[in-house]
Amino acid sequence: MSDQRNKPAVSMAEIRPELERLHRRGFLRGALSLGASLGSLTLLTGCDLSTHSGVDGALEAILCFDDRVQAALFSRKRLAKTYPASAITRPFRFNAYYAEWQVRPVPDNWVLSVAGLVADRRPWTLPALMALPQQGQITRHICIEGWSQIGQWSGVPLGAFLRRVGADLSARYVYFKCFDGYSTSIDMASALQPQTILALDFEEKPLAPQWGAPLRLRIPTKLGFKSAKNLEAIEVTNKYPGGYWENRGYDWFAGV
Amino acid sequence: MGQRETSRRLTHSSAIRVMHWIGVYAMGCMIFSGWEIYNASPSLHFLFPAWTGLGGWLGGALAWHLSAMWLLFADGIAYLVYGFASGHFRRDLKPPRPAELGQDLGAALRFRLKHHMGHYNAVQRVLYAGVIIAVILQVMTGLAIWKPVQLGWLAGLFGGYPIARGIHLAIMFGIVAFVLVHVALVMVHPRTLKSMIVTVPQRSRKADERPA
Ligand code: HEM
Repeated sequence: MSDQRNKPAVSMAEIRPELERLHRRGFLRGALSLGASLGSLTLLTGCDLSTHSGVDGALEAILCFDDRVQAALFSRKRLAKTYPASAITRPFRFNAYYAEWQVRPVPDNWVLSVAGLVADRRPWTLPALMALPQQGQITRHICIEGWSQIGQWSGVPLGAFLRRVGADLSARYVYFKCFDGYSTSIDMASALQPQTILALDFEEKPLAPQWGAPLRLRIPTKLGFKSAKNLEAIEVTNKYPGGYWENRGYDWFAGV
Repeated sequence: MGQRETSRRLTHSSAIRVMHWIGVYAMGCMIFSGWEIYNASPSLHFLFPAWTGLGGWLGGALAWHLSAMWLLFADGIAYLVYGFASGHFRRDLKPPRPAELGQDLGAALRFRLKHHMGHYNAVQRVLYAGVIIAVILQVMTGLAIWKPVQLGWLAGLFGGYPIARGIHLAIMFGIVAFVLVHVALVMVHPRTLKSMIVTVPQRSRKADERPA
């Protein structure tokens, strides 16, 4: 993995309040007390509400079950709806776990590292990625918050890339690490869905930093937080890798 | 509907009572977690008060929403199967004739509509059937915005993801409006609350026959 030469544009101190708010993943905090106490009674009898772990544990267990249901509902052949260019949302909304002025510049000598269960671990330069066959899409990006927008991306289908590097396609997870401190992971079936791409372009122009330069994941069959920007490494693995939001309590599968 | 034919039944079977209260709990979880989800990205120009939200933050609210939905499914399917199989729907929720509905609605608006234990008047029948249909539609729009790609046909049925999301919010308001009216009427007739909790034979019907 290429290490980070550039000092991050944002120090931890700057984003700490935001992080601290999010770190508190106690599902009950600020919750309607009626719902909370009824919840403890019905979902779990005899749990200790003072730690919240009982109800959180039950909710997490059900989210795991939901993930299995989501995986079962998923079909690699089912395509996300595509739209005409006239449907593209403008202006396109910026979204990240930090504000737009904190977007990181692309590190000098950027390369994409490839790790884990792959035959060929040579890193990829931008020109090498641009030389691979490309594919475009105009699809709806759906945020877990509920809003959505239609955008246009093009790049290398992830399935073709994984085959090219000799990835073990029977592995369970593909993990994405970003140079802005973000990370996420997806299941192999979704990675191989034909609309899952390593995007190089947004609206037919090379990605600008706020849209994830120089390379981002674009996966229209998952909620927006799975389409990680500013990639620096891809790892194929059988060990559950989690991710930035997944570790804070969003459900892992997050399919749409 | 002849009252004679129903006069030996209990006001509510124990199955209905159990399913009713499970439904209340599941619906409470869905509504209050739904408000928290709404607050994460409000599509209208208001927020629900933060203390009413269930889950503490968006991730927690979604965990509640996507957990309680299984309880709602199970309870709803059990209720529908029971309602059709036992004849409860056919017997008690028969759609009223327009004239009957007009008459009862007029009486209700003048606060003259009588409440009979164990027998629903035309206004009640329309409201109860209406909320059952609303909950079914709410589950359908919920599934549509949960899986707008995998269940693309369902999202398409509701006009696509953004419109389905709007309908999901609108039906929530409808359900909340029903609950407010329903609870207000129960407060006017406290005996009906008792009959939804414990076994109340039809005999006590007379005592409740006073204008609302
Ligand atoms: C029947 C009771 C239900 C009620 C009262 C309810 C209420 C709500 C409300 C108020 C919202 C916020 C909408 C907004 O952001 O504008 C919401 C969101 C949502 N609901 Fe429900 N819902 C119900 C059932 C369901 C079911 C059965 C599902 C099935 C999967 C579901 C899935 C969702 C999803 C995925 C969202 C998030 C959408 C978003 O981010 O805006 N809901 N719900």
